[in-house]
Parts: sequence; C-alpha cells; structure tokens
Amino acid sequence: MAIYFDHAATTPLAPEVQEAFVAALATVGNPSSIHSHGQASRALLEDARERVARELGADSAEVTFTSGGTESINTAIKGLYWERQSDRRRNKIVVAEGEHHATIAAAEWLEKQGAEILWVPLDEYGRITPDALRQVLENVDADEVALASVIWVNNEIGTVQPIAALADVADEFGIPLHVDAVSALGYVQINFSAQPLAALSISAHKIGGPVGVGALILSRNYEVESILHGGDQQRGRSGTMDVAGAVAFASALELSNAGFEERNEYLRALRDRLIDGVQQSVPGAVLRGAHPTSERASGNVHFTFEGCQGDSLLYLLDSKGISVSTGSACHAGVSEVSHVLLATGLDERTALGALRFSLGKNNTEAEIDELLAVLPELVEIARRAGVQSAS
Amino acid sequence: MRILAAMSGGVDSAVAAARAVEAGHEVVGVHLALSRMPGTLRTGSRGCCTIEDSMDAQRAATTLGIPFYVWDFSDRFKADVVDDFIAEYEAGRTPNPCMRCNEKIKFEALLNKAIALGFDAVCTGHYAQLRRDEAGNIELHRASAEAKDQSYVLGVLTRDQLEHCYFPLGDTPSKALIREEAERRGLGVAQKPDSHDICFIPDGDTRGWLAEKVGVRPGEVLDQDGNVVGRHEGAHGYTIGQRKGLHLGVPADDGKPRFVLSIRPVANTVIVGPKEALAVREIAGGRMSWAGEPLSHAESLFACEVQIRAHADPVAATAQLVPVTERTEQHRAEAEFEFVVTPDEPLLGVAPGQTAVLYQGTRVLGQFTIDRTVSAVSPSAVAGVNA
Repeated sequence: MAIYFDHAATTPLAPEVQEAFVAALATVGNPSSIHSHGQASRALLEDARERVARELGADSAEVTFTSGGTESINTAIKGLYWERQSDRRRNKIVVAEGEHHATIAAAEWLEKQGAEILWVPLDEYGRITPDALRQVLENVDADEVALASVIWVNNEIGTVQPIAALADVADEFGIPLHVDAVSALGYVQINFSAQPLAALSISAHKIGGPVGVGALILSRNYEVESILHGGDQQRGRSGTMDVAGAVAFASALELSNAGFEERNEYLRALRDRLIDGVQQSVPGAVLRGAHPTSERASGNVHFTFEGCQGDSLLYLLDSKGISVSTGSACHAGVSEVSHVLLATGLDERTALGALRFSLGKNNTEAEIDELLAVLPELVEIARRAGVQSAS
Repeated sequence: MRILAAMSGGVDSAVAAARAVEAGHEVVGVHLALSRMPGTLRTGSRGCCTIEDSMDAQRAATTLGIPFYVWDFSDRFKADVVDDFIAEYEAGRTPNPCMRCNEKIKFEALLNKAIALGFDAVCTGHYAQLRRDEAGNIELHRASAEAKDQSYVLGVLTRDQLEHCYFPLGDTPSKALIREEAERRGLGVAQKPDSHDICFIPDGDTRGWLAEKVGVRPGEVLDQDGNVVGRHEGAHGYTIGQRKGLHLGVPADDGKPRFVLSIRPVANTVIVGPKEALAVREIAGGRMSWAGEPLSHAESLFACEVQIRAHADPVAATAQLVPVTERTEQHRAEAEFEFVVTPDEPLLGVAPGQTAVLYQGTRVLGQFTIDRTVSAVSPSAVAGVNA
C-alpha cells in the first residue's frame, strides 16, 4: 500500500477543485477579447481574482495570476529591484539565508547584474528573528536597499517566521518586503493587509490545486517591472490569462481556508505522533527546525539521522511504498546538501542524513504507525551503508 | 536475487538491466552522479555524466518498469579517480581512470552501499563473463564479443567483488546484437553512440585539461645522451611511446622519428629516442590483485598472456610473484611482493602507471600497476619514471 508523505512537494488535486477546473476548461474565449465569448471568460477570471483576493485579505487589483511560485517570486524580486532603480540607485537586496532556491537564484542572478546581497542569518531553529533583520538594516543606508525577501514557512524544516514583526521592521526602514508564502499557504492564516507587505507569492498545487497556477499579491503601493513582456494583460505580467487555472486556484483556496482550523488541528496531532514516535524508537534521530511546535508548520516533520545518508533511507522507505523527501533541492535527481541546515549551523555530514516527512489531510494515524513500524530497522540498514563523502 | 543495475544511460547497461529483469530478479536501477557540475547535454563520445545521460537511464528504467534513483558519488569520484588521475600524471605515470573508477567507485563504493542496503549483486553492461571452476571458485573470463571485451578494465576486481557482480552481456557475440535487442525491447537508447573518451574531460583534450589542472611547467626534452633537443611545457603532458606533438628543434642523427622513452617528473625532463629503444623485455609492479582464486604456484614461473592496454593484443609471457628484497626508487614503497613479467617478444610503449592484466586463455588471473620496466635494448637502462 502506497503512503504519501511528501505534501510539501505537491498535494493531490482535490476532487472539488478538479470538478471546477474541468468545467472552466470548457469555456471558450480569451478573457482579453472584446466579444461576448471573451467577456464570459473575463467574468470567470475576475470572479476568481476576487475570490482569491477575499481569501487572502487583499484587493482584487492586487492579485496577479502567474504560472506558479517560481514565477511569482522572480517577478517580485527582479520586478521590485528594477522598479526601485527608477528614481535612484538602490542596488542592495536583503535576503534571509535558507530561502527557497527561487529566491536565492533570482537574487544571485541580480548580483551578477551589479546587485549586492545582504544575508540575514538564521538561528539554530531556522528562525529569522526581527533583531537579525534589524541588525542588517541598521548597518546599511536604507535608501540603497531595493527590497527585502523572507520566506514565511521554511519549505524544508517547517519553521514559521514572525512575518508581522519582520514586516514592521522593514517598514520602519522604508524597505518593501516580499514574502515567499508558497509553503505557508494552507498552514498559516494569510491576511495580506494585516501587516505592511509589498508583495507575497503563492502557488495552487500546495493546497490541492493544479500545478502551473500561482499568484503574486502586489500591494497597490508598489509596482514591478515585468519579467514577461508582451500584451500587459495583468499588473506586472504579460501573457494570455489562464481562466481555468485561476478558477481552480480560487476553489482550492476557499476549500483550504474553510477547513483550515480542523485540518491544521488534525495535522498537528499526526505530526506530533510521528515526532514522538521517531524520538522514542530511533536513536540518533534529531528533530530539526523549530522545537516549540507553535513555530512549526502543522504538516512538517524533519529529522536528521546520524550516520545515514538521506538518499539511502529514501530508497529503503520507497521500497516499502512510503514516499518521503530529503527536503533539499534536487539537481538531476541528486539531493544537494541542504543549505537550510547548513545555515542553522549543521555540518555537511550531519546535513546529508536529512529526511522530511510532510503530511497532508488524507494521511492517517495508521499510516504514521506503519512508518514507525519500519523506520528503526531501515535506519539501521541505512547506517550500515554509511555516508558517501570524500573522506 | 535482488540486483542493483548501474545504468549509465547507455545501451549496454540498459540491456543488461533488461536481462536481469527478464531472468526474474528483483531489479532496481541506479545512475551514478559522478560530476558535481554535470553538463546538460551529451557531447561527442562522452556518454555517462550529463543530465541527458541520467534522463536516458531513467527512461530506460521506466521502459523496464523498475524503480530508479540517482546516487551521488561525485565526492568519491573526484577524490579517487580525478585527483588520482592528476597525481599519477604528475608522477610521470599514465593512469587508466576507467579502471580506477571500476575499482573504487562501481565495485567498491557502489557495491558496498548496495550490499549494505540488502542487494545481492551489482549488474553492469560490461562485456565480460563470470564462470566457476570445478571447486566452485568464481572466475572472470573474456566476453564472447571479442571486439567489445572489457575483461581488461575489470581485471582489478577481487574474488569478493566478483561474487557480487552480474554481467549479463558477457555471452553475447556482438554489440550489434545488443543494439537489436534494445530496439526490440523498445529502449530509446538503442542507437545511442558508444562512449570512448575520459568522461571527466569534456572536450577530449587530455593534455590541455592536465595543463589547466597542473599548470605550465616548462622543461627540457633530452635525447638518450643527455643533449637538449627541445623544450616542453610540462612533463605531465607526455606519455611513454608518444611520437606526435613533441616539437623537437634538433633532428635525430639518422633522421628517423623519435619517441618519448621516459619521463622524469622531479627533474621535469622528457627523454626521447628511436623506436627500438622503446622495447621492453620485463615489466614489474607491486600494486596487484587476483581476480578470483590466487594461483597456487605463482611464486614459481608460470606461463600466461599479458595485456597492457584496454585494446592491446595479449602477448605470451612468463610471470612470477617475487618478494621485494632490494628496493629501487621505481619500486612501490609499500609492496612486499611484486609481479615480474617477461613477455616472449619485447613490448613497445609501456608506461609506468598502466595496468598489466594477466590471462590464461580467456581467464583473467589478476593484474598489477606497472611500476618499472626493463629495456630490451640495453639491459642496464631502466626505462620509465626516474627521479
């Protein structure tokens, strides 16, 4: 029997969302067209935009649909950076260590164009503290900073960042803050207007929507330079608008928010059952990420297993029908050493023993127990296979 | 058996995995990531290290319906194969990185990991055969497909390693049949070109690559009498027996072409001379292993054939395992015994660092790394690496 513990990678398409998606796919007409077909499509699209805005505490004018999290993040970071050069040179970007690669790679690409990255360190639990952000901003001329970007929930270790407090610090220095909320969606209540944010990125497939749909929530107070040039169909984005994708995203978001409390309570219980079980039965397993579980995403369990290589464990679990992840980015099928774990102070060898179990609402206690029944033995086997490194 | 199929993305390893599946084994496919910065697309004749090759391997595994993973051995590969390759050249020797990769990566790091994870054997697309003698001892033999035989590069495998090897292609008479079979099985790599060159040297320019890693170290090219006949940009760029690219300013007295006879890495000089001076009547080396059961009478002279390159013809020879009593600077420091091999006819272009594989008929007896050679022309002149 197959068990799926990789909801942070992607989630199953919810049946209700699939139904809405398929129905919307049948709509004929480009929403930018002037005729009645176009207007009918436009109505569906704008309805979806309003629904998304309502669910996130934003204005519909602030919602730009994109192809997903990576496009949203790239548009926010590059777009804000370029836009912020229009009245004076602001070549500094403030980025936290341990961000998703979409953020890091976008910032590092700008670095090649002359930007300077100021890194905000993480603490041992993966937290970005308001003090750490303040320290970086106090040591720089704030007028030279184009933007700051932080992740709301770390996609590997599940640490929930104090976004309201971080937003206040950025606001105090007059710096626009972008929040990567791709892995936060569905796990924290997002109210865009509750704190001073410039932009926020989300993706539908993390909450039971289809892959290939995302949104950039861009405050009225900011503009971005587009990265996709063309017909200017939306704020900060050109390209024919994906009506069905937008409808599916709106449905997924409403469904996710409607079941928010109940789902997260359920996931917290599952999560804690798994954490307790691993800690009791697997010597050398160390929980990574935030320990006060209030600062940990409800679906995230992340351990390092001493003396193991994550990919050995991943294979062994897969051979038992259990899908998990090493958590870190993959390059051509190889898990990289987690830059997040390194940023929390771990050495490379320890970081290679990482495994992330990300839970979803369809997981059951029985599945957790099934995992716990095989994990201690598999860790022993993986330990015998050792860690592949040069030494 | 539970079999781990090492899949490079080429046709041979894909068919090997297919045969393992067909034989009823439980097979899992693995592609080895050997480069830290893999190229995106395959170029020319290097066919194992790019993302395209990894994807090819995955597609083949999908066709076979087996699970597939990519395992990262790039750190080990760099330390044990790439750095070793550079160090050997710097020491004036000519290493074979593919043998080193078999020895240290495929049949050590990978095999050990596979066994620890519960596999019984590692399957590869090598052309070689495993047999057992009457007592049940495992033996390594040449492949049926003579032109493709790869027993030479597997000569480093020991009995324990061979016990966990599975070479399903060994009894197929030709590569063409493997390609036909791949076609029949619907494998997309059926017509993928063979790989030839060293996988980690992207453009095949070994000398240029070495110069980049080792740097330019200008020195003198001498003839056998010690006269300066040219200059070079680094002794590591030369291989014994090399004729092309010497750029000598002074012609030979007899006007005949000259060849690299020896390389002196410490003095940074290259010695050149006539072809006859390349002839070697004895080779010896102390880094050795048996491919299976050791010969019981190896300390007495025994008849065998010796092969010194992957695609060289084997040469009839007599060999002996000899205790090292007197140590010259050509002897390997740690060796207590060395193989001493006397070919029936002198060998040409033998370079220290090369591997000599000993055969009896089709059977691989064992191998050693050539540490020193004895010239056939002047018995006192020791060719090879001199400090």
